[in-house]
Amino acid sequence: MFRRLEDARADISFSFEGREVTARPGDSVAAALLAAGLRSFRATPVSGAPRAPWCMMGACFDCLVEIDGVASRQACMTQVAPGMRVRRQRGAKALESDPAAETAA
Amino acid sequence: MTGAYDAVVIGAGPAGLAAATLLAERQARVVLVDEQPAPGGQIYRAVEGMTARQPELFEALGPDYAHGDELVTLFRTFGAEYRSQSTVWQISPADGSDAAHEVWLSRGGRSELLQARNVVVATGAMERPVPVPGWTLPGAMTAGAVQVMLKSAGVVPEGMVLAGSGPLLYLLAGQCLALGARITAVLDTTARANEQAALRHLPAALRGAGFGYLVKGLALKLRLRRAGVPIFRRVTDIALQGTSEVTDISFRSRGRPMWLSADLVALHEGVIPAQQITRSIGCVHDWDAVQHCFRACTDAWGNSSVDGVLVAGDGAGIGGARAAEHAGRIAAAEVLRRLGVADAAGRDALAAADLRGRAAHLAIRPFLDRLYAPPAAILRPADAVMVCRCEEVTAGAIRGVVQQGCLGPNQAKSFLRAGMGPCQGRMCGPVVSELIAEARGVGVEEVGYYRIRPPLKPITVGELAALDVSGA
Ligand SMILES: Cc1cc2nc3c(=O)[nH]c(=O)nc-3n(C[C@H](O)[C@H](O)[C@H](O)COP(=O)(O)OP(=O)(O)OC[C@H]3O[C@@H](n4cnc5c(N)ncnc54)[C@H](O)[C@@H]3O)c2cc1C
Ligand code: FES
Repeated sequence: MFRRLEDARADISFSFEGREVTARPGDSVAAALLAAGLRSFRATPVSGAPRAPWCMMGACFDCLVEIDGVASRQACMTQVAPGMRVRRQRGAKALESDPAAETAA
Repeated sequence: MTGAYDAVVIGAGPAGLAAATLLAERQARVVLVDEQPAPGGQIYRAVEGMTARQPELFEALGPDYAHGDELVTLFRTFGAEYRSQSTVWQISPADGSDAAHEVWLSRGGRSELLQARNVVVATGAMERPVPVPGWTLPGAMTAGAVQVMLKSAGVVPEGMVLAGSGPLLYLLAGQCLALGARITAVLDTTARANEQAALRHLPAALRGAGFGYLVKGLALKLRLRRAGVPIFRRVTDIALQGTSEVTDISFRSRGRPMWLSADLVALHEGVIPAQQITRSIGCVHDWDAVQHCFRACTDAWGNSSVDGVLVAGDGAGIGGARAAEHAGRIAAAEVLRRLGVADAAGRDALAAADLRGRAAHLAIRPFLDRLYAPPAAILRPADAVMVCRCEEVTAGAIRGVVQQGCLGPNQAKSFLRAGMGPCQGRMCGPVVSELIAEARGVGVEEVGYYRIRPPLKPITVGELAALDVSGA
């Protein structure tokens, strides 16, 4: 699906679901995972359907993952750091906008 | 709290960079805030230092991208304060003309408050949602998303199918080819009727900078053909196939049913203004029937309906990167007038070349807007198609609540939760408004859009609790 241009600097390592992934300094978590061949990033809270990054610019929130124990991080807006522990996000509706502020017109 | 600024500029794309550069040059106290790690916005993403870091990639991204390097260098030269990786999550407009606007931003899990008499919103555009069957499957991305991988990570797609229309679709194809990537096919959804509608605007499109744009577009298409990339035209009925990820794509080309295997499909039907910030501040928005989008209303200088809030660049209507750059300087000139640094005549003189430049780059727009008008099937998709990706609400469900008497997007939100998920309606908003308008038989402007409330991006309770507002 994706291939890295030759880049000797792909020398950071972090983990996804316990598996080691290498990345280049400055990569977003989403780019590094897609480059490593990952397809599904999370399961939706409603139906459990698999999802992956759609926009890569912070708009769609379909790239949400758990990073170092914190759920609902935008993988496309977070830069990789050595030793980061990334996990697939299952469900987690904690990120909703405040329901109190969302009542009908 | 960090002191008070003459201006906070939000967004480090061409508009924001140009605005902050001119303001800094004229010694205004300006800070540029952007959520990306480096300046450049969408078009010039990751441009700074790329010539040294990845010369091959820099070359492949083309001369228009290279222009961003000059823009960023100039910005650095004048030394405007710059906050990267800082997401603006709330703006409280000033009450009263002496008061300051409050801009809340979040960086690395900590929030901060900036105060300024002027706010220049230069948050640009996002790609129009492309709700086709299967667009939520892994393996479906926007063309812009694939381009982000290219620019910021040097990661190229292999065996991608590109589907949709618009300049960015062909630009991405050209950039991929220049990097030796294999493209399975390009599916062009431009309808014949669009070409007919656009033709009337061709003479105007040849003026200003228009001719250059047309030549570039034709050269790109020629390059694809030479490279032997199959181009399917008059494409309709796109559906991404697969159960847990995209494996195939079905479509019709000139009415003939077709089927291709593909594990990566990049969809694109143009870009629309990002409305989140301007809506949350209460700026008046207009429906643009030609560009099929809402946009913040501004005067020629970028002033929105809220005093001291200016909008520059694609956020005020899609004009492209060069027009955005001019608009940034035009807005900065107006801010200088508002600050009393320049009088009206001084502002006019300062902005004269940019007003001409912007007009020249906008000359081609009426032609492009009609040529690449999005197909009705993605503006108002079929019942079974998912519209709200977060809460998994279909177009049929939206139509259903309208039958039950729902009149607007905010009501649909409370009935169906559409727009209540983490993306806060960014993905479904444009489609929900269109669907309700269609079902009610009224214009989209009458239906309106979701009410947008802060926080514009989710922030944690801990972050709120730790807010340092002692000096506020
Ligand atoms: C994904 C994508 C790729 C594109 N690629 C190209 C291309 O290659 N060539 C081309 O000609 N046109 C491209 N376009 C169109 C292009 O975006 C515009 O013509 C041009 O970039 C507009 O410039 P701008 O300054 O108005 O906004 P932008 O360049 O979009 O810049 C807006 C900036 O605001 C920031 N921002 C947004 N919201 C917030 C917030 N809440 N807090 C902090 N910062 C925020 C963003 O991070 C971004 O850096 C692309 C558009 C998109 C959406
Ligand atoms: S991919 Fe859309 S928000 Fe990250």
